[in-house]
Amino acid sequence: MIHCRTIEEVQEAVQAHRWVRLCGRGSKPALFGGASPDAETVCLSGLVGVERYDPAEYVFTAQAGTPLQVIEAMLAEEGQYLPVDAMFVERGGSLGGLVAANLAGPGRYRYGGVRDFLLGARFVDGRGRLVRGGGRVVKNAAGFDLARLMVGSMGLLAALVEVSFKVFPRPEAYGSVRARYDGLKGALAAMERLSRAQFDIDALDLAPEGFPSGRTWLWARMGGREEALAARLAAFLQALEEGPAEVDVAWDEEEARFWRDARELAWVEEGETVVKVPLTPKQALRLERGFAEAESCAPLGVRYGVAGNVAWLRFGHLPKEKMVELDERLAAMGLAGLVVMGEPGVRWLGEQGWRNVFFDRVKAVLDPEGRFV
Amino acid sequence: MPGSAFFSALEEIYPPERLLRRPAALAAYESDALTAFRVRPLAVVLAESQQEVIDTVRACYEHGVPFVARGSGTSLSGGSLPIEDGIVIALNRLNRILLVDPARRVAVVEPGVANLAVSQAAEPFGLYYAPDPSSQPICTIGGNVAFNSGGAHCLKYGMTTNHVLGLKVVLPDGEVVTLGGDSLESVGPDLVGLFVGSEGLFGIALEITLRLLPRPASFRTILAAYRSMKQAGEAVAAVVDSGLLPGAIEMMDALAIEAAEASVQAGYPEGAAAVLIVELEGEEAQVEAEFKTLVQVIEASGAYEVRVAQDVAQRARIWKGRKGAFSAVGRLSPDYVVQDGVVPRTRLGEAMAEIERLSKAYGLRVANVFHAGDGNLHPLILYDGREEGALERAEALAAEILAMCIDMGGSITGEHGVAIEKRAFLPKMYGEVDMDVMVELRESVDPKGIANRGKMLEVGPWRREG
Ligand SMILES: Cc1cc2nc3c(=O)[nH]c(=O)nc-3n(C[C@H](O)[C@H](O)[C@H](O)COP(=O)(O)OP(=O)(O)OC[C@H]3O[C@@H](n4cnc5c(N)ncnc54)[C@H](O)[C@@H]3O)c2cc1C
Repeated sequence: MIHCRTIEEVQEAVQAHRWVRLCGRGSKPALFGGASPDAETVCLSGLVGVERYDPAEYVFTAQAGTPLQVIEAMLAEEGQYLPVDAMFVERGGSLGGLVAANLAGPGRYRYGGVRDFLLGARFVDGRGRLVRGGGRVVKNAAGFDLARLMVGSMGLLAALVEVSFKVFPRPEAYGSVRARYDGLKGALAAMERLSRAQFDIDALDLAPEGFPSGRTWLWARMGGREEALAARLAAFLQALEEGPAEVDVAWDEEEARFWRDARELAWVEEGETVVKVPLTPKQALRLERGFAEAESCAPLGVRYGVAGNVAWLRFGHLPKEKMVELDERLAAMGLAGLVVMGEPGVRWLGEQGWRNVFFDRVKAVLDPEGRFV
Repeated sequence: MPGSAFFSALEEIYPPERLLRRPAALAAYESDALTAFRVRPLAVVLAESQQEVIDTVRACYEHGVPFVARGSGTSLSGGSLPIEDGIVIALNRLNRILLVDPARRVAVVEPGVANLAVSQAAEPFGLYYAPDPSSQPICTIGGNVAFNSGGAHCLKYGMTTNHVLGLKVVLPDGEVVTLGGDSLESVGPDLVGLFVGSEGLFGIALEITLRLLPRPASFRTILAAYRSMKQAGEAVAAVVDSGLLPGAIEMMDALAIEAAEASVQAGYPEGAAAVLIVELEGEEAQVEAEFKTLVQVIEASGAYEVRVAQDVAQRARIWKGRKGAFSAVGRLSPDYVVQDGVVPRTRLGEAMAEIERLSKAYGLRVANVFHAGDGNLHPLILYDGREEGALERAEALAAEILAMCIDMGGSITGEHGVAIEKRAFLPKMYGEVDMDVMVELRESVDPKGIANRGKMLEVGPWRREG
């Protein structure tokens, strides 16, 4: 394993090895490609530091290995935050890892995910070149958007060394409504209605019990001015109508804990496997039916995040054969999966639509020899 | 010049009335909103189906004929300017809204659909499409995607790229690929993000999946008049510094106000050196709480007149002046060029002073009407094309403004794109290696260099030999 402290060291390390496996701070070992035993691991956690933070511009630039915790604390001091709601902050996640793995938490519902707040990036490509994409101002349409290309690229295209993000003022206070439904169907219907209504909802998640989903909790978070919050939540409760079997408002510690556990995947036991599956709210029921026919690889539990735009599937320990089965199952449903927790090895599952000729042509430029694995 | 085999191929695809070749018919396509440039294409095809576009691109590829996709031709940077010895693929008849799905809050459209038409189609469901370029009644989603177009609400809502979830694209060699999907979330590299803003160089978008948002429940719009641009610039900084996140912060200078008044009679305060429009939007209780802060900030900012829209009509009136200002300024002068460079918001005052200095030095009037909230300048440089050397002077002035934006750590374009007009400046904003990578990407995706040839990337001196 090579620990890089400077950009030059990253360039050298990339050029010196036939196969390179990139790693940030190691918060997501499952994402670590395990397929190529001959690959050298190049670790970017030594690239630490905030280069520039200008609260009045809503922009900061930092080295890719900088821990998300450092960034969070820095922004909080100025009353700002990264609305992306990065996952794995407490597990030691880095900024570069956030971009490469594209793992945004429930808060991304309101203003957008990693792709929506990333402004620019510098990266080392497979030829060892240092490339800059995007800019350091909140708006920029010049040239190909190479920075955005890095979002979700999982170390297959380049090693991120520096990133610039847009940030926002942080809501003064939060409150959440939680409502219990007897089944997923009712919760999905309520969620769909709420996501279309004129509420400024920060996060909207479904937390079902068991799998297939039994009783399902709908959580909706609202943030903003303290003085307005109670009235807003009251209006929201009214809009829920008679639907839920049980409903109340959560505040403070209890409220914060739910969302923190969601973004840290703290509702999952250590050693379990978690797969991220992007979908649409309509596909949630289909996904559950799909697994009903394949009990041997069915998950133990699920959370639906971002108003039903992502499912977090929780499994126990998954041996290789089960992975193969899961892969086929997701593909049959036309869904893609990313293994975000679990043993290193298989990362991609199901139908990976991005593997097409457009990607191949991009890869041929940034990593012609296929160094990054 | 392509041979007759190429035209035979086009005749196979199009009936005569949709394959234009006579000079009189071609004239309407010779330029876009960057009127200083005109090029006559060999032919214009009016596509009505996705398959026709695919077949056309394949014919172009086979015969090595360059093509330019064209939406409504409102590009301000020469993006839809034809290529000599090439054809124009006109897409504004490829304009079906294929789906509006309120449950998923998405719309799927063909590229020729006008920006505003998407919001109109979504309105019955209480939804809208957020990006709102001033040209939104006419400009197309295809053009918006190509240029990553913006509008007045970018600070809070982002640009076009932040609202595109999926794309069906015909690559320059005729291959058809699907990028992204219809979920807000994704796995794998963000290929949608790479395509949006590629200015037609990576091929043609045939189908676009857009994200829709619920209409804000309420608005609070304020108009403040200032005796100097500097004060107005400082007010912008103060608003942002107060922790508010307005939906829009727009600014106009005296010349822009004068033009807007003459054209749409919005009733802006008289004698203002600058006006600022700030709009808050969202749930009423929240907006009212924020509005108290906004009023305090504006009152402390030295505005000599402050107006608060009391109803929908007054709000519309305030916006009418702003949205109409652009074309109104155009009417002040026979010709104009507009720049859209970005500077750090905290340096707006400085930037405005520099533009004023340059305007005097070059003896050309410059009007400013722009997206202050994100530091996105829009100086309109007025000139008379009939006057010897006037265009060159306007271009030289524009170049100085762009250089200033780069020096300040900003961007040469916030939303109008590079295309023809800013080609020479892209290598000033990016380094040699960055430019190499862009050129290589273009060559890899479009080995024959036929998609919008000559735009954005000029193979120039930064290109290493071999
Ligand atoms: C009065 C006025 C006000 C404006 N205000 C704004 C503003 O506020 N914000 C802003 O961002 N812009 C603004 N613009 C600029 C312009 O409207 C935008 O750039 C718009 O996106 C262009 O759309 P269009 O349909 O006219 O595209 P065109 O001008 O026809 O084409 C633009 C580019 O897109 C390419 N293209 C078109 N369709 C496709 C497709 N399907 N696939 C791939 N490439 C394609 C073309 O080849 C060309 O390079 C304004 C222009 C005018 C004239």
